[in-house]
Amino acid sequence: MLEIKNLHARSDETEILRGIDLQVNAGEIHAIMGPNGSGKSTLAHVIAGREDYEVTQGEIHYNGKDLLDMEIEVRAAEGIFLAYQYPVEISGVSNKYFLRTAMNCVRKHHGESPIKRTEFIALLKQNLDRLGMDKSMMDRSVNEDFSGGEKKRNEILQMAMLQPKLAVLDETDSGLDIDALKIVANGVNALRSPERATIVVTHYQRLLDYIVPDKVHVLAGGKIVRSGDKSLALELEDKGYGFLQELTAT
Amino acid sequence: MIATEIETYREQHAAFQRKSSPEWLVELRQQGLDAFTRLGLPTKRLEDWRFTNVSPLTANPYELSSLTSPDNEIVGDEINALVQQATLDESYHRLVFINGRYCEESSRLHDVSSGVIIDNLASVIRSRANEVRDQLSGGLDFDESAFAALNTAFIDDGAFIDIPDGVASDRPVHLVFLSTGSSRTVSHPRNLIRLGKGSTANVIESYLGNGDVYFTNSITQITLDESAELDHHKLQHEQIGALHIAMTRVDQRTSSHFRSHYFSFGGSLARNELDCVLDGERIETTLNGLYMPKGDQLMDCRTRIDHAKPNGNSHELYKGILDDKSKGVFNGKIFVRQDAQKTDAKQSNQALLLSDDASVNTKPQLEIYADDVRCTHGATIGELEEDALYYLRSRGIPIDFARKLLIFAFANDVVQGVELAAVRRHLESLLLSGHELSEDIL
Ligand SMILES: Nc1ncnc2c1ncn2[C@@H]1O[C@H](COP(=O)(O)OP(=O)(O)OP(=O)(O)O)[C@@H](O)[C@H]1O
Ligand SMILES: [Mg+2]
Repeated sequence: MLEIKNLHARSDETEILRGIDLQVNAGEIHAIMGPNGSGKSTLAHVIAGREDYEVTQGEIHYNGKDLLDMEIEVRAAEGIFLAYQYPVEISGVSNKYFLRTAMNCVRKHHGESPIKRTEFIALLKQNLDRLGMDKSMMDRSVNEDFSGGEKKRNEILQMAMLQPKLAVLDETDSGLDIDALKIVANGVNALRSPERATIVVTHYQRLLDYIVPDKVHVLAGGKIVRSGDKSLALELEDKGYGFLQELTAT
Repeated sequence: MIATEIETYREQHAAFQRKSSPEWLVELRQQGLDAFTRLGLPTKRLEDWRFTNVSPLTANPYELSSLTSPDNEIVGDEINALVQQATLDESYHRLVFINGRYCEESSRLHDVSSGVIIDNLASVIRSRANEVRDQLSGGLDFDESAFAALNTAFIDDGAFIDIPDGVASDRPVHLVFLSTGSSRTVSHPRNLIRLGKGSTANVIESYLGNGDVYFTNSITQITLDESAELDHHKLQHEQIGALHIAMTRVDQRTSSHFRSHYFSFGGSLARNELDCVLDGERIETTLNGLYMPKGDQLMDCRTRIDHAKPNGNSHELYKGILDDKSKGVFNGKIFVRQDAQKTDAKQSNQALLLSDDASVNTKPQLEIYADDVRCTHGATIGELEEDALYYLRSRGIPIDFARKLLIFAFANDVVQGVELAAVRRHLESLLLSGHELSEDIL
């Protein structure tokens, strides 16, 4: 589904990603871990299409298409979803309107008619209940004055409504209480299917108790330095990133 | 140059004055002309016009269409189309003016409660001579403003709205000012609005046209008696080549509320002056404005709030959205007189620049002579937030729609200040043009 080859990306003068290779197949869940500043969010944003980063080398294929050639909104409409580490506040646009507009834009891209109001409301209610969110949040401006945890839940709500094919969750677990963590994990697991894939960026093994990954990768210094199965996350939890020094020493 | 220009207006005036009018009006117009002759058209040298150069647009004189085509008897398809375009809600009273003259055929007046007068100025000049004369000459300082003087020199027609004490008007009154014809026509609408004690009303002024080069020079004089409440809306949709100069003067008495909602879209140069005198205690004044120039348009918003008595509140929120090479001017002055203790005045002026070539000049001024007051003012200038644009796009919203949405969001609080649903819908669909509209946009 997603194939990243020798990806190099920079912002201004600094090279952040220095040769990433990653293959994610439909039906899989991959976890990406790694120290602060190693480039995890940058990778997530390059997949989503953020224009602040310049890809200097390498390629990304998404379902056989050249992803780097696609506009941000086309990537989203084609099923890529990034749950932001730092969701953006948009004053003056209600959450409800935003959600419905996003859904309708995606539907339009696929030549489908807009969602019916009643259908939308029913779907929204179902997802709000599932995520333990109050419906009053739908009338508020997007993420404006939301608490850290509320913003994260709001990302998951958008994911649940948009039903992406490839979801990239950037530290969605940070700042969540334990109940919220389970709810978010349920949200991800609910989307689990042979046609979909998920990349979870996290610092904590805890999340992976609920979202069991097929593969775990360690990103350091803009490269994937180790890959393994879920036991790698346990090992990291136990020993930290000390091995990285050894790695660079040798 | 200037001498000949003034000469032309004087000649027009002489021809115009030949129409039969009451003596007091002939005299008032003469005073206007004299003031205009003395002042001349404003130049950039005047502090008040520093950023707004009208000279290129006023270099050639405009012509009074009533001198050449004296009546509005024939209403053609073009006029009907314009009226159609301006119409907000069929249930509103509608007074249509074509090149400054009332057009009965296009107007729609519904029944009104007893004592309420919704009429055109020309028809009440004789029947209500005393009131009209007092209101026309009251408050307005045409001795200082060339355009007000010019308007006064050519007082002819406009709207006349008089709501007696204690009447809550049920239907909004929509005043539609159309400029038509291919030549350089000028109109000088003069509107009088008076609300008696405790009465309420909604008035909308719309300006539009189909000529290419014309000049609208309007004045609206508003008097609010004790505890009266008026929502005054202005939708400025002039043609792109038009010069639009307007002055609204508001005299407020004790406990009255005035809310202004100004929306400026059209014109080559649009200058709107709003002058509020809060002469009584516990007065509330809200001035909301949204101006959206693009291309080479220049929009100048000049406001004055004069707190003369204690315990008054004023809130002013002006937002500009400027594209291409357009220019904006915001010049907002607040006076707090010595007597006006416990005044609470808030002014905020925000501009969104959509292009590197657009610019805005803001000049907030506070003159405070009382010591126990709360006055705040702030001005911000920004661009569309890239992060927000990216966020919307990353949810599948195409860039042009995402931009419109953010522009809409920026303008939204000014639009939502409008309580008349039809006016709000009109604005919402303008702002989101071409994109679906949803009732739960807030
Ligand atoms: N737009 C940018 N401009 C300049 N530097 C950037 C930019 N984005 C990221 N960086 C830098 O690139 C490096 C990687 O950042 P990134 O946010 O990808 O790290 P991360 O692995 O997500 O870290 P964390 O675990 O703290 O979230 C950091 O040193 C960061 O300062
Ligand atoms: Mg990060």
